[in-house]
Parts: sequence; structure tokens; C-alpha cells
Amino acid sequence: MLRRSVYVVFMAVVLAFFAVPMLWLASAPFDSDPGLGLRWPDWTLDNWRITFDHPYALGSLVNSIVLCVVATAVTTVLGTLAAYALSRVRIPGRDALLYLLLLLSSVVTGTAAMVPIFVMMFQLGLINSQYATGLVIAGGMLPAAIFILKDFIDSVPRSYEESARVFGASPTQVLLHVVLPVARPGIATILVWAFVQAWGNFLLPFLLLRDVEQQPAAVLLRTLKDEGGSANLTVIPVFSLLYAIPVVALYLFVSKRYGFRFHGGIKA
Amino acid sequence: MARAVGFVSPALLLIGLFLVFPALWTIYIGLTDYTLTGTSSIAPRFLGLSNFMNALDDALFGNALWLTLVFVIGSAVLGQNLLGFALAWLLRSARPWLRRLVEGFVLLSWILPSVVVAYLWTAVLDRDGGTLNSLLGNGSTAWLVEYPMACLIVFNTWRGTAFSMMLYSSALAAVPPSQLETARTVGASGWQTVRDVVFPHIRGHVLTNTLLISLWTANDFTPFLLTAGGPNHESETLPVFIYQKAIASGELGYSAAISFLLLIVNLVVALLYLLLLRKRS
Repeated sequence: MLRRSVYVVFMAVVLAFFAVPMLWLASAPFDSDPGLGLRWPDWTLDNWRITFDHPYALGSLVNSIVLCVVATAVTTVLGTLAAYALSRVRIPGRDALLYLLLLLSSVVTGTAAMVPIFVMMFQLGLINSQYATGLVIAGGMLPAAIFILKDFIDSVPRSYEESARVFGASPTQVLLHVVLPVARPGIATILVWAFVQAWGNFLLPFLLLRDVEQQPAAVLLRTLKDEGGSANLTVIPVFSLLYAIPVVALYLFVSKRYGFRFHGGIKA
Repeated sequence: MARAVGFVSPALLLIGLFLVFPALWTIYIGLTDYTLTGTSSIAPRFLGLSNFMNALDDALFGNALWLTLVFVIGSAVLGQNLLGFALAWLLRSARPWLRRLVEGFVLLSWILPSVVVAYLWTAVLDRDGGTLNSLLGNGSTAWLVEYPMACLIVFNTWRGTAFSMMLYSSALAAVPPSQLETARTVGASGWQTVRDVVFPHIRGHVLTNTLLISLWTANDFTPFLLTAGGPNHESETLPVFIYQKAIASGELGYSAAISFLLLIVNLVVALLYLLLLRKRS
């Protein structure tokens, strides 16, 4: 009996600990006088109109999409090509190379490499370039993407490819028409994972995109805090919600479709 | 073969440009007096190891190192690890709806973007009308100002527990049910069961999990979004310290030297992780 009540209390406390901070995201966007803190809202949709009228809010969401599409496309396409080649070619030291890449990506984090990356982009005159920032983000994601994609491609039976070869298909055709369809769950995983990572990345765009016209939602949302000395509490809650929805939606989609799995520390 | 090289090289080129080169270049920048503005920005001088010597004398660097250690031990090694295991252990036998509900919220706190999460916790901890003060009923405590490190530790436990929970859930599935059954029949308490039956099976997982979450926590930039290192450097962990030195003060050479030290620590932790991984497989 005592054990049962300790269990119930523990679960209730844990649930409150995790849920209470999130309730703000459900109440403040719809409150006529939103503040930092939780209260039952005085319902209104005015905040949404004000947010849509904000000069940079919608533009920054478009910037986020541009940045994410560049980073995700580059990661997925180059990652798949590399994973396919590494899966099918027997070269000495291949596994060592894969582990080395994975090691690199966990050691050279955005934080540890912010100085050289900033200096490099600064000297190349690529500060404020969305495409360059997208490439930098892709470079950090590629090792993990290759590692996971190779796992998926390894599981495609070689006999499929051999029969396609017999009928005269080129390696590119084999990749496009035989391997890709079979490895689709893996590619979808990487696609979603890369998009979510790039969408949430704050540090690199914050360092490399200094012009508000180029900044993605992550950076704009942060600068709303310091705008004119005090936080813009009308726009922040609505914009936080708008910015968070795609991430949550993508996760729900993936976990419904492919089941929530994770590979060596990668959220997918 | 030539085609294989063609397939691999674009990816390797990007990795080389944005991971390998920066890591190596950090070493070189760290040996100079390179700055963002002024004469050293045009013609940086080669200083040798003096940036590293200066770091040893820099009380703020020591402070950042200490706070990072406190942050990693408090929120990752203890917070995420223990809460993650407790949840994985207790949710095994929970009703499906409860399990789904708890797991849903824990996962949500993990997947929300860090800028949003920072606002959520600012709203919890704010002095005027913050959720925690309203719940306590009497408070006007400025939590983030008075107890910045405690706030960061609680925050990061909330933020990262999902990973440990999932990892331990799958590890617990591999513990033979017959052994748990035996423990129950001989009347072992929950704690005894965990210590003597479960722990020997998941020891490897505990170690790899601890290494990974420590690595991520030490490199986490989210403290910048919550406290920006303040007040008065009281929550300035290493990532925030590097940012403040590099971008705010423009001391690129010095901050590169500090980054290099962080890279070395990361390398050691990651090598340990890979070693353990290979030993197990």
C-alpha cells in the first residue's frame, strides 16, 4: 500500500516536472496579456495577427526553410552516394574510415569549432550567406548520416543489384531504381533527422548570419528577447509555437510510419 | 572503383572542409594573437604557447572549467542518468496509457528546439509572475539570478533525460526475466534487485550512456540562451566562455586555444566510447 502511494506520487511529480513548463506554449499565445509565467488565458487571437504583421517573423520562417532544405538535401544526397559506395566496395580500412568519421563528428562539435568556422567564413566573405551556412551544417551532419545509411544499404540484398546489372543497368540506374526504393525507410529517417537538426540549430546561424534579413527563425526568436531592451512578449509565444510545430509534426509522422527508433545517439 | 571514389568524394570534401580543417586550424589560430578587430586582425603574430600559459593564469577560465564540471556531473552523470533509469525501470510495469503519457512528455522536452525550450524555462523561473513563484505562492525569487547553476542543472536534466530513458528501456529488455523472477521469489527488495540482478547486465550501457551524455552536456550551448553566463560569470560554462571571448571580446587566438582544449577532452571521451563499443561487439 505504501509502495503503491510512493509510486503514484513519484509519477505525478515526474509528470508535472516535464509537463508544466510546456503548458506556457499552450496558454501564452492565446492570452490577451501574455507574460513570462503560466496563467489561465484571457482568450484572444490578436497576438497571432500582431505576429504575422511583424516585419521579420514570416520572413525568418522562410529563411529557416531555405537553410534546412539546403542542409537536408546536401546531407541526404551526398550521404546516400557515399554510403552506397562504402557499402559495396571492399577497400582495406573502410570500417576504420567510418569510425573515424563518426569520431570526428562527435569531437568537432559546433561549440568546439565555432572559432575556426567563424574565422573561415569571415575571411571568405561568406558571413550572411544562407547557402554557405547550410553547407557548414551539412558538413557536421554527414558522418552520422553516412554511418546510418550504410547500415540500411547493407541490408539491401546484392542479388537484386546483380540481376539488374545482368539486364544492362548502369551503376547509377541500379542505385536509383533498385537500392533507393529498398532503402527508403533509412533515407526517410535521415531526411527527417537532418531537417529537424538544421531547423533547431541555433549556434551556427547565430554566428554566421548577422543580417536580420537572412536570419532563420531560431535566431530571430532569440533576438526578440533583446529588441528595444525588453522582451517582445506578444510575439514570442506565438512565434515559439509556430516555430516548434514543424519539428513535433515531423516526429509524429516518423514515429507513426516507421516506429520511434534511435541509432547510436541520433534522434529519429 | 573510380566510380566509388566519385560517389564518396563530395561527402568527404564537405567533411574535410567543415570538420577536419577547422579542427586543425584551431591549433594554429590558438598559437597566434589573432583578434577580430585592431592591428592583430590584419597581421596576427605567432606567439607559441603563450595563450595556453595565459589560460592557466586566467581565473575566469578556471571558473568556466569548474562550472562545466559541475554542470556535467549534476545534470548528466547524476540527473539524466538516474532519472532516465528510474523512469525506464518504473515504466516497465506501468499501465500502457501512463507509460505513453510520461514517455510522450519526456520525449517532447527532448525534441523541442533549444530556443523555444529556453523561453519555456524562463517562464518557469521568472521573478515576476513566473510559474514556479506562482506555485510557491509567496515568492518573488529571481531564480536565474540567485541560483543560476542550480537552474541550469535542473533544466538540463529535464532537457536530456529522454535519451537515457530510451537507452535504459532497451537495455532492460535484455535482462533475463527468469532472474528477475528468482529475485522476487527470494524476497529481494527493488533496490537489491537493481543492484544485484539488473546492474551486472547493463553495466556496459551505463558506461556508454554516461560518456555520451557527458560529451553532449559539456558542449551544450543552451546555457547561453538561459543565463548568457551571468550574473557575473556565475554560470559561464566553457561553451559560453569561448563564445564571449571569441565574438564578444574578439580575442580569437585566445579562444581558439581554449577550444583546442575542449577538442582534446572531447577526443578522449569519444575514443573511450568507441573502445567500449568495439569491445562489446
